Amino acid sequence: MSDSRAAILARIAKALAHEAAADAPEIVQRIEAHARGPLPQWPHSTRERFIEKLEQVVGTWAEVASPAHIAQAVGDYLAAQNLAKALAVAPHPLLDGIIWPEGFQAERRRAVGDDHVSLAVAFCAIAETGSLMLLAGPDSPTTLNFLPDDFLCVLPTNRIVPRMEDAWALLREERGAMPRATNIVTGPSRTADVEQTIQLGAHGPRRLHVLLLQGGA
Amino acid sequence: MRVALFVSCLVDLFRPSAGFAAVKLLERLGAEVVVPPAQTCCGQPAYNSGDFNTARELARPLVDALAFYDHVVVPSGSCAGMLITHYPELFKAEPLWQAKAETLAARTRELSAFLAEHGGDDFIDASFAGKVAMHDSCSSRRELGVLDQPRALLGQVSGLEPVELKDAETCCGFGGTFCVKYPDISGRMVSDKAEAVVASGADLLVSGDLGCLMNIAGRLKRMGSPVRVYHLAEVLAGMTSSPGIGDGAIENSPLAIAEPEKP
Amino acid sequence: MKPTSHAFSSNAHRALHDRTLQQALAKAGVGFVDKRRAAIDGLPEFQALKEAGRRIKDHTLANLDHYLLRFEAQVQAAGGRVHWAATPQEACAAVLDICQKSGAKMVAKGKSMVGEEIAINDALEGAGFEVVETDLGEYIIQIAHEPPSHIIAPAVHKTRQQIADLFQNLHHQPGLTRPLQTVPQIVDEARQVLREKFLAADVGITGANFLIAETGSTVIVTNEGNGDLSATLPRVHIVLASIEKLVPNLEDTSVLLRLLARSATGQEITSYTTFFTGPRRSEDLDGPEEFHVVLVDNGRSRMLGGDYHEMLRCIRCGACLNHCPVYGAVGGHAYGWVYPGPMGAVLTPLMVGLDEGRPLPNASTLCGRCEEVCPMAIPLPKMLREHRRQEFAQRLTPPRARWALAAWAYLAKRPELYRLATRLAIKLLNLMSGGKGRFRSLLFAQAWTAARDLPAPQRDTFMAQWQQRRKP
Repeated sequence: MSDSRAAILARIAKALAHEAAADAPEIVQRIEAHARGPLPQWPHSTRERFIEKLEQVVGTWAEVASPAHIAQAVGDYLAAQNLAKALAVAPHPLLDGIIWPEGFQAERRRAVGDDHVSLAVAFCAIAETGSLMLLAGPDSPTTLNFLPDDFLCVLPTNRIVPRMEDAWALLREERGAMPRATNIVTGPSRTADVEQTIQLGAHGPRRLHVLLLQGGA
Repeated sequence: MRVALFVSCLVDLFRPSAGFAAVKLLERLGAEVVVPPAQTCCGQPAYNSGDFNTARELARPLVDALAFYDHVVVPSGSCAGMLITHYPELFKAEPLWQAKAETLAARTRELSAFLAEHGGDDFIDASFAGKVAMHDSCSSRRELGVLDQPRALLGQVSGLEPVELKDAETCCGFGGTFCVKYPDISGRMVSDKAEAVVASGADLLVSGDLGCLMNIAGRLKRMGSPVRVYHLAEVLAGMTSSPGIGDGAIENSPLAIAEPEKP
Repeated sequence: MKPTSHAFSSNAHRALHDRTLQQALAKAGVGFVDKRRAAIDGLPEFQALKEAGRRIKDHTLANLDHYLLRFEAQVQAAGGRVHWAATPQEACAAVLDICQKSGAKMVAKGKSMVGEEIAINDALEGAGFEVVETDLGEYIIQIAHEPPSHIIAPAVHKTRQQIADLFQNLHHQPGLTRPLQTVPQIVDEARQVLREKFLAADVGITGANFLIAETGSTVIVTNEGNGDLSATLPRVHIVLASIEKLVPNLEDTSVLLRLLARSATGQEITSYTTFFTGPRRSEDLDGPEEFHVVLVDNGRSRMLGGDYHEMLRCIRCGACLNHCPVYGAVGGHAYGWVYPGPMGAVLTPLMVGLDEGRPLPNASTLCGRCEEVCPMAIPLPKMLREHRRQEFAQRLTPPRARWALAAWAYLAKRPELYRLATRLAIKLLNLMSGGKGRFRSLLFAQAWTAARDLPAPQRDTFMAQWQQRRKP
């Protein structure tokens, strides 16, 4: 295999007429400049844009006044959807203080195959496209984002950034490095593989519900 | 203003009246029209068949033959595109010829583009009472960006009601030798195009390219459609009383039936 | 897969007469075109993004080896492994080796065109692994034992009824008696069947839309979530990616993402855009223990700097397929290999040989719509013509076509003779038409007259009439 590595690199070097180097200064500089391309503009506020785009991709949302109100908002959603009061909850510090009412089965863990509902916390949201960004980690297991039918995600409103580029800046500033998985989630799962007809809930969540947490984390 | 007309092989062979219509329009602009006798074909069939050498052998005498005029006008977007965009590309390894090709390219225009550039708003005095659909060849539309010019010119024809075709951006399926190399696919494409023409309710179909016109006219006639087909120049020059492309002098031409009533 | 590109003509003929296929194609075509148009009209910055995207790709390709090494180093720093494969055989061998070493039995696969290119499923099944395609479209064609017919909508050639029948036949074991008529019912059925596969799989294989040198991340862009489940649930995650997928950093990726979804499905962004960086970390509660990237060359390093260099900018959006009148008429299978449509007509001869692939570059009117809609501004018609040039130079053009061209060229190079000969022919044709203005059939013109009449010429050539007019 290392022969192939050398052979591929040699062919490329010949075509490009230079010697390969992982630390070529102009390349390192180009990468680290983090220069942004043309940025789409919109007239309304970041929050308005996020909600408009979230609704366009059939995401739903509700406002939550404080972390203490999250349990109530989850309960309202489950009742409206006629779902059992059982959910897998991310071991995220923001959700630590929640006191679940009687009858709730809320387990702090990753998701498994037959979970119906999950609750996680977004790292941030991207207003341009109405997307949530979730970073895999002990406080945000990736399975919560994909396995259950109903994915509920807490988003502190002060974590809505205008564009993907702003999310990258935030990620570099707060985390330094990429987590195992960085998920940009825009609406529920969908497919158009049968006669180009859009159908929600292909393999991932059938519904995405955002809990907009006022004031922030 | 001396204008060389590169008539294009299809107009030369199948539709001389389109060539004469072009001459008439250019002369109305006050141009002295010259038809250099050395012209045969721009070489596009060879070029698109991958025979670049033959294409160059055909291009060189044509580049020379068309070199000494103020303008070169071509009643075909496809052949104009060959002269304007492909000749310089064809000679990219020969700087001398490339320079000559670029000089020619700068002076060359597709007919409707030239007329729109030099003609002003009111130099056309033709009339036609009916609906006319314009089909843009892919070369005109995409290689040359000629889209508004023919419509502006048609707008000067009195009584003419323009209509647009559905899926106007789609190729008619002519494609030079494509239509005989892949007749099934070409047949399907031209069927779709002919149906769009019929659905538009047009009385006439016009285009600046004879390849497309023969293709679509041939399909319309096969379908038994009464839509008549002309080169754009013929309509602009008021020559719609002659039979359309694919129409006989006697049958199938409403104008021909009306002829005996003329004095 | 064994290519049948040489048989394009007969493939196309069959496709044109396949009524079910024609129904399916008719449904698909318009949707893609209209959605893309609406998405682009809704973004005034699209042109600027297109130019920026092109610059990013050009820069990366011009420094591809630097970026590959940087990417490799970053994958390793994140705890992953990079495997280099010059050929499909090497790529398959690398994947098999990983699967065998991990003691795997079942492989869940996300959609990967490179996977199709190297025929990874055949290799895995040949070695005794169970492979399950998890993208709904890919699953449908896997159980139908067919290759994809579109690079982003692999089962676009199948009607709902055909899919329902396939599911009925395959899933009819006891307990699965759900109705299968509507689209929701079909999608639900697949969800239930495939959910078990995800949970049971030992290895997950996904493709990559981008590889990011800055972070060593691989990016997938999906709507169903199957790629994420394939990459998260099994113990091992293998990414199959070709070397031209490199981009310098996250900002560059953001530019290309804005172009990709709009050009492909007309979405502003797909449901899931995921960046994988290494295996699970020690505190993580889920994710694979191993993360491998198999970098596939398969001829790409030879395209670099050559006549087809610009093809390496391709981001596999499928816009050229969706806007190609030839693809729209015959569908993807007629092209006879992995990549159909204009991008396939450029790539196939490069990957399977010009001898096998030569009909594809010829099966185009060079109408230019593909280049117009390509978000990477790849001059596809120019490359199709370049294939034709090489075909002609290598004398692969059929003799009849060569002779016809030579005979015509002989005349065209001699204006006097040309005018005489064409004038005689035109007068004869005019005479033969008997004033009818057209031919319903004509010897030597059957290919033309099969679908349309041949308009008859007027009484004499323009050049002859012009000369007469000039005579005093």
